[in-house]
Amino acid sequence: MSLATSTADAPAAGSVLPRVEEREQDGRRWTVASGRWTTLAMSSRPSWQALAKDLAGAPPAEDRAWDLRPIEQLDHIGAQLLWEHWRHDWPATLEMSPQHKAVLDQVAQYTVGTPNEPPPTLAERLKHFSHTGPRALEVMRDFVGLIGQLALDACTLARAPHRAPWRDFSGHLYQFGATALHITALVGLLIGVVLAYLISQQLRQYGAEAFVVNILGLSLIRELGPVLAAVLIAGRSGSAITAQIGVMRVTEELDAMRVMGIPHGFRLVMPRVLALAIAMPLISLWTSMAALVGGMFAADAALDISPSYFLSALPRAVPIINLWLALAKSAVFGILIALIGCYFGMKVKPNTESLGRGTTSSVVTSITAVILVDALFAVLFKGVGFRA
Amino acid sequence: MNDVSNTVVDIRKLWTVFKNADGENVVHRDLDLRIERGEVLSLVGGSGTGKTVLLRQILGLEKPSRGVVEVLGQAPGELSAKGAANVGMLFQHGALFSAFSVLENIAFPLRELKLLPGELVRNAALVKLQMVGLQPRHANMSPADLSGGMIKRVALARALIMDPPLLLLDEPTAGLDPEASDSFCDLLRGLHRELGLTVVMVTHDLDTLFDLSTRIAVLADHKVITSGSAREVITYPHPFIHEYFLGGRGQRALEALHDKPAQAPPASAGASH
Repeated sequence: MSLATSTADAPAAGSVLPRVEEREQDGRRWTVASGRWTTLAMSSRPSWQALAKDLAGAPPAEDRAWDLRPIEQLDHIGAQLLWEHWRHDWPATLEMSPQHKAVLDQVAQYTVGTPNEPPPTLAERLKHFSHTGPRALEVMRDFVGLIGQLALDACTLARAPHRAPWRDFSGHLYQFGATALHITALVGLLIGVVLAYLISQQLRQYGAEAFVVNILGLSLIRELGPVLAAVLIAGRSGSAITAQIGVMRVTEELDAMRVMGIPHGFRLVMPRVLALAIAMPLISLWTSMAALVGGMFAADAALDISPSYFLSALPRAVPIINLWLALAKSAVFGILIALIGCYFGMKVKPNTESLGRGTTSSVVTSITAVILVDALFAVLFKGVGFRA
Repeated sequence: MNDVSNTVVDIRKLWTVFKNADGENVVHRDLDLRIERGEVLSLVGGSGTGKTVLLRQILGLEKPSRGVVEVLGQAPGELSAKGAANVGMLFQHGALFSAFSVLENIAFPLRELKLLPGELVRNAALVKLQMVGLQPRHANMSPADLSGGMIKRVALARALIMDPPLLLLDEPTAGLDPEASDSFCDLLRGLHRELGLTVVMVTHDLDTLFDLSTRIAVLADHKVITSGSAREVITYPHPFIHEYFLGGRGQRALEALHDKPAQAPPASAGASH
């Protein structure tokens, strides 16, 4: 390997783009590289494609001599490109300026075999798999712990109400409740309209138009209103709770709080649970009302059932106990959504990926839990609230 | 090369005004600053004098209320669209992507070009990884497993992956122990010499300041009150400079400065404008 130490010739005008050319000299074939071999010059598609084509025309053969002196500028990516092109070996004859040689030397020195992560062994896979079962148990245990802590915090609250974070509580109440009124009203109204139209189509065939009040009233107040509101709130506030607490984990605010001796349960979990336990029944009632209004007007349009008849028939069709049942159910939904949101928020590890995963799990789990608990309520209270 | 192309950053008549509830808060008023090729310029100033804001304006992350910021002869907004080939930034806390491994973090800007072959990108990232003093075995670690010093090194490697001519550093040695911060300074000095970088940094660490800077610009009273070598700056009569450099900590750092021979700035860097 011969190495010329002369400095690069003065670059000709227009030799800015990186280029590779062929030249015959002293009975040998020389490959001449010129231009600016920098990342900036290579990061546009046309110039990179031209360079790749040029390089493909100059394969690294034994007898080929390389002249890199006309290169104006050579950075690490340019040098890396040459080094990769030479398949990590110096060409037999090479002429270049010492300052560019230094760059290439460094690249050559540091380009080593790429380290690969060893694939997991069978034992590791098995171990990983066997952890899935206990993990479900662990989640259950943690969740039971959270409920227990909540009960203790509730006792503390009852004993010393002046110590509770009431400002936080009212802020959450506003966030979870008041700001959700628009969306729940809109969704409820539309569902009511759609349902009423659908039912009226069927009832007309039997001439039982008047029963639209019974069906709408019972299904909306007892089932759809609370579940619809709970699903919306789970998506809206459940995710917000997880994200809030998760970010506090990422920024070490949770640790700071613990160091100050302020318990997470009493200061973070309890106000949120309490706020949702109160806001959720109210929102559920609001959603049911919006749906009934929608259903009422749709029934008027489709079946000529006047709103005044609708309103007078409703109390007769739906016993008041259904309303209490719906409110109680909603309070349970609210507690569950807040607890699940807090749980996944606390479980977030300090990185962005974990935060995203936690928020997703929180919403999916709370919606599933809402529907499961709703089914449980339906089974438990199957004899309550129906006219015989 | 002529004078114009030697100026890397040119800030003229810059105003930064933040509007908040109490009214307007003027941070910079008619601020002028020119940074020449090959310099290591440190921005010094008390809290709230807008050092980091100035860095963000050079990066194009924030727009000045009035005035002109030019980086390599262009507005920073146009520049940042072309990506990491022009400006590299070392954020104070590294800002590594936590979902990626170390090597993927370093290779990210290059890989996003979707142009260069994967093997080339991977090897280029490995070269940068070793240039900042890490080992190939660190390549597959995740950012969560790294120490503070290693995070800074990986972030530096990522900032340098496309060999930008301008490197911005926000508190490069904050949060490092003295030994790690010394070795990080050595690394920065070596890279500056090797790659011919222009470096702009914000630092409160007086050792780093005297160790690395070829020029110090002092921000006070909403503008750059003076700039020059450490010796020139400390003789400038201003209460902030007196307090900052001639307090107890400043004295100790200055003694260290006097102990060693005066640092010769790189040939291409004019002392100041």
